[in-house]
Amino acid sequence: MSVSCDLLVIGAGPAGLAAASTAAKRGVDVTLMDEQVAPGGQIHRAMESRAFKAESVSRADDERGVALVAEFRASGSRYQPGTQAWQMQADGKVYVTDGARARVITARRVIIAAGAIERAVPIPGWTLPGVMTVGAAQIRLKTITYKPPAETWLAGSGPLLWLYAAQVIEAGGRIAGILDTTPGSNRMRALRHIGGALGHVAYLKRGLTLQRCVRAAGVLVVNHVEALEARGEGCVQSVRYCVKGDWREAPAALLLLHQGVIPHTHATRALGAEHHWNVLQRCFVPNLDSWGNTSIESYAAAGDCTGIVGAEASLLQGHIAALEAARALGKLTPAQRDELAAPHFAHLWRHLAARRFLDALFAPRASLLNPADDVVVCRCESVTAKQIRDAVVLGAMGPNQVKAFTRCGMGPCQGRLCGLAAAEILAAARGKSMQETGVFKVRAPLKPLSLSELAALEE
Amino acid sequence: MSNVTVNVEGKAISVPAGESAAGAALAAGLTHTRVSPVTGEPRAPYCMMGVCFECLMVIDGVPSRQACMVPVREGMRIERQTAVEVWK
Ligand code: FES
Repeated sequence: MSVSCDLLVIGAGPAGLAAASTAAKRGVDVTLMDEQVAPGGQIHRAMESRAFKAESVSRADDERGVALVAEFRASGSRYQPGTQAWQMQADGKVYVTDGARARVITARRVIIAAGAIERAVPIPGWTLPGVMTVGAAQIRLKTITYKPPAETWLAGSGPLLWLYAAQVIEAGGRIAGILDTTPGSNRMRALRHIGGALGHVAYLKRGLTLQRCVRAAGVLVVNHVEALEARGEGCVQSVRYCVKGDWREAPAALLLLHQGVIPHTHATRALGAEHHWNVLQRCFVPNLDSWGNTSIESYAAAGDCTGIVGAEASLLQGHIAALEAARALGKLTPAQRDELAAPHFAHLWRHLAARRFLDALFAPRASLLNPADDVVVCRCESVTAKQIRDAVVLGAMGPNQVKAFTRCGMGPCQGRLCGLAAAEILAAARGKSMQETGVFKVRAPLKPLSLSELAALEE
Repeated sequence: MSNVTVNVEGKAISVPAGESAAGAALAAGLTHTRVSPVTGEPRAPYCMMGVCFECLMVIDGVPSRQACMVPVREGMRIERQTAVEVWK
């Protein structure tokens, strides 16, 4: 069975929902598909089924999410939840599956709003059961109000550590401690961007409120953590951490890691769109014009998958990309598009200026990006940092050769998780820049398919 | 939120309707949900959002399902992926 539409939006987070609603309002025939079973993306996950507290630390986000989802539901867009794209073609054919049957959607325009993923920074023992990401634990908190065990440690850097800790405390749970790896020198670097941050004081205020709330609850906060290690037999039993060269160990039932978020570029890379290295955010981002158009005709991208911008700016980018789609589809003249987009651009600049401050403040600790030889980098194929470095000695020049030599990135996740971590190790080993090094090529199918799924396509 | 009864490794457990199969497995007390086909080590869900593929489990007899992306259904059978199941 095949579907055709004017505009296909991929992803139901803030950018995707805003794009679908705005385009539908301009008379565009929109289909929105999303991997998840309910709209909202990660930030507004389970928005329609969650119970809200009026005085919550995430209240502003929640209110925005409820409005966004309601507007989308009323927009007249077609909605296909639980659906993943596995091949995207320049001719506008997008092959998708709902896990049982593969189908093709033919679209005149596509907006990719794939969102962000957490930056994987491998540490010794991170493959042990009981080691997860902070994002993973937050998803469980949002979907089923799951409270972690008392001996839960949070380790790493970034606003999500504090937000999640505050949410657990708010839900009546406990956190044993936060092991903060943010380098002290980040503060000085961030101050260079304070001008932009002052244009959007809400970001600063929010961060400080969360930190205060967590400290007031008596959570142990260890600053300047230089190195981490998960230990245990069969599952995590303790966390070791190093401060000023001094190693300490604490019992742990759950160790939650977080090193910020990076754009989920699997889709735009599979499409063959051009990307470049963003120095401040330490990640690859698609090359886009100011309307979000990628280097591939009729494909645009919006939101965190284009560079980390946050939920509010993602929404603005969604509006902007949708107005451009409406123009391309003949529903708006260029002048109408420009006029409608002008206020969105004005807000967007303010958000982006403030973002630079956060990027600098939470830049990952450089030493963690170059783990010891015996650390597993590719979890699927259990490839260590040493194997990657050995591949360089054997003459591997780029990530794709490392993959061929070691199988790194060749498992079921196709390098989604380890791609950037492997590229960092490779670049360091070769003394090359990340721009020069690049990341794994992504090939279709974007997700493993069964033969029975594929068979449905021919019907 | 209403509850759903699923079967995790032969044991019935009631979980909230919004839960994923991976979440149900963790709620049932499974420390690991699969064995690495490369090293034989125990592994468990890591990202819960469809990125890492550590949550591959056998669901209703179908191997290699991404359990964190599969919502629970009444009577769903959720099992550890132990053998070296090949991608089918
Ligand atoms: S836990 Fe990462 S993909 Fe399911």
